[in-house]
Amino acid sequence: MHLTNPPYEVAFPDNFEPAETPYELFTEEHHSLRKMVKVFVEKELAPHAIQWEGQEDFPRETFRRLGELGLNGMKFPEAYGGTGPDYVAEAVVIEELTGIGSGGVAADLGAHRDLACLYVHNFGNDEQRKKWLKPGISGQLLGALAVTEPGAGSDVAGIETRAVPDGGDYILNGSKVFITNGSWCDFVVVAAKTSSEEGHGGISLIVVEKGTVGFEQRRMRMLGWRTSHTGELSFQDCRVPKANRLGEEEGRGFYQIMQNFQWERLSMALAQVAGAARIYEMARKYALERKAFGREIGHFQVWRHRFADMASEIEMARALTYHALRMFVHGIPCIAEVSMAKDLSADIAFKVADECVQVHGGYGYMMEFPAQRAWRDTRLGPIGGGTSEIMKEIIGKSLGL
Amino acid sequence: MPVTFFTEEHELLRKAVRRFAQEELAPHAEEWEAQGDFPNWVFTRAGELGLLGLTYPAQYGGQDADYFATIVFGEEIGRCASGGIAMALAVQTDMATAPVNKFGTDEQKRRYLAPSISGDKIACLGISEPNAGSDVMNIETTATWNGDGWVVNGRKIFITNGYRAHYMVLVAKTKRDGQVTGHSLFIVDTDTPGFVRTRKLDKVGMRTSDTAEIAFEDMHIPPDALLGQEGEGFKHIMWELQGERLIGAIAAASGAERMLEGAIAYAKERQAFGRPIGKFQALRHKLADMATKVTAVKELIYYTAHRWNSGEYVVREISMAKLLSGKIAFEVADGCLQVFGGFGYSMEAPIQRGWRDTRLNRIGGGTDEVMREVIGKLEGL
Repeated sequence: MHLTNPPYEVAFPDNFEPAETPYELFTEEHHSLRKMVKVFVEKELAPHAIQWEGQEDFPRETFRRLGELGLNGMKFPEAYGGTGPDYVAEAVVIEELTGIGSGGVAADLGAHRDLACLYVHNFGNDEQRKKWLKPGISGQLLGALAVTEPGAGSDVAGIETRAVPDGGDYILNGSKVFITNGSWCDFVVVAAKTSSEEGHGGISLIVVEKGTVGFEQRRMRMLGWRTSHTGELSFQDCRVPKANRLGEEEGRGFYQIMQNFQWERLSMALAQVAGAARIYEMARKYALERKAFGREIGHFQVWRHRFADMASEIEMARALTYHALRMFVHGIPCIAEVSMAKDLSADIAFKVADECVQVHGGYGYMMEFPAQRAWRDTRLGPIGGGTSEIMKEIIGKSLGL
Repeated sequence: MPVTFFTEEHELLRKAVRRFAQEELAPHAEEWEAQGDFPNWVFTRAGELGLLGLTYPAQYGGQDADYFATIVFGEEIGRCASGGIAMALAVQTDMATAPVNKFGTDEQKRRYLAPSISGDKIACLGISEPNAGSDVMNIETTATWNGDGWVVNGRKIFITNGYRAHYMVLVAKTKRDGQVTGHSLFIVDTDTPGFVRTRKLDKVGMRTSDTAEIAFEDMHIPPDALLGQEGEGFKHIMWELQGERLIGAIAAASGAERMLEGAIAYAKERQAFGRPIGKFQALRHKLADMATKVTAVKELIYYTAHRWNSGEYVVREISMAKLLSGKIAFEVADGCLQVFGGFGYSMEAPIQRGWRDTRLNRIGGGTDEVMREVIGKLEGL
């Protein structure tokens, strides 16, 4: 079956060299990294998950702690405090952070590394990178990316936030919603229309810093991801220097966003597969403890078969996701494969979480058990980063339909 | 190229298999399907082309290639447009002969493996019985030691190639002095007195393949008919089933891919309400879903094959690949039949055959339910 992937519209950043990764993606170094992150997550993050969920909050300090451990900089060059570019190492970090057991914490940490910092790195100049990327990698500054608006989500070309040139500045007006880290970020990469051109042409990416007059941040409450500081942003006659625009040319924003979607969606697929495997394990453990009618419920054939289906589907989603990751690190256009991985893993993760609730019976429905949290958190998968419907549109297009 | 396992050699092989399937076999597909049979020259011709012993040692006429050559063969041979032929060839290359290559003596390999690789001898595999399919442990066929050989009694059913085969690799319970010594494998020439083909079975799909029911009536076989170790036959056959399931998975996934390609091409052409039906969003999303699943299961198969090729005994992954490929292939076949509408339901359209043929994947080589049992148990459940 031939999948037509359009070539990348925007050149890869200067430090991105297609890697010759063997089929086995992970080297010894990656295995050591995995062990390190695992210990960090188990010791310093996971024990607080329940408390943080209750408070719907977690300490900002966490970003700095990740910075100290070098976990924010896997994709970025040494010049800015990173250790990369190594997207496979980033994949390890993403997979292991799902061990926190709180989707919102992982989401905030991820939106900072894989969205905000990545945009500044990929499209910013040296000065901009020094200003936001470097302190972003160390965890001193916290970033967000703002594309979605009340009237335009998946339909990026339809955004209405405007940045009108005024001398050496832009005057921003508009609002953004569902912005991960939006309510507590120090800087945000904002997609805005810099010209009246309709469609794809007129969008630029502009960094707005906290404290800018006319920039307001408000937190939103969510079904899941409750620890995440997802927010609504508003810009009212907000004056931002033109030097804050990422990219030398105006009007490249749409293509920049489309290119970075690949990593965003791939990072979601990686997290969804790793998360599904953890939720599966939670369910399996419970099924082997809980007894009914004189035996462990996991030993009833129906449950054994349902677990077999889940395990198989997780393994399949992982094979597809790693396939897309392999293509990505080789610099091969892979929009179709990434969209497939994101779509399939989102469905499977939510299905596994739903089965996890089911196997827990009444306890699964109780807020004090983690099953419900997994269920609420994984529901975001088919919505965030481009809905499943958008993924299918992209895949359909790659099939020539 | 690290993103693919297929080298230039594999691609040459792919071309050769494709040419054979499309040019030499497919033109006869309709006729053979109607007859419910295909001629034996298919085996000798495949042998001539070197396709029947891809992974087997050169000393017996094989190609000494890696497992990805088998994948290429499995992916391309289905282009013959008749599932039954692809299955008959897979039984020859990866099921019945595999235990001969793995457990056989040099003498057995020269007598059976070498002529199977050349296509001169056709092989079949005797596992299933009227009262024991997936449940191999409880087969009832016995081979009793009588001092100078074995006397076999029992019945086998659903035996692919059973009518045309020159020999059968069969599993039986061995008995000595009234004691069962376990399961054992034997190689039996089908012209041995007492080897009786009782009937040819009629099937929903895979209609070109001959499927036999066989009876063994006091069939005497010599001591050297024993294949592998006496009493180890259950283990031997469990090993054989892994290769059988993996080639089955490849056939199912690549079959699904071809059906999907056909449906996509049709959806681009066929007009309704003023536009190609593929431009309707509901159909486009359905096709996208099918493409995703086919791509995903293929990657699962490649991953599994990679580990199998490296010598790992990956029962869990093989069972998963077999389970999902069967499920997805039938789902895709049904989804594609729907795309073709009324034409899909007509016996003239090839999609109906794909739909019927594909249904077997969820039964043959171990049912979906048996796969789930295997996986569930390996998961500790």
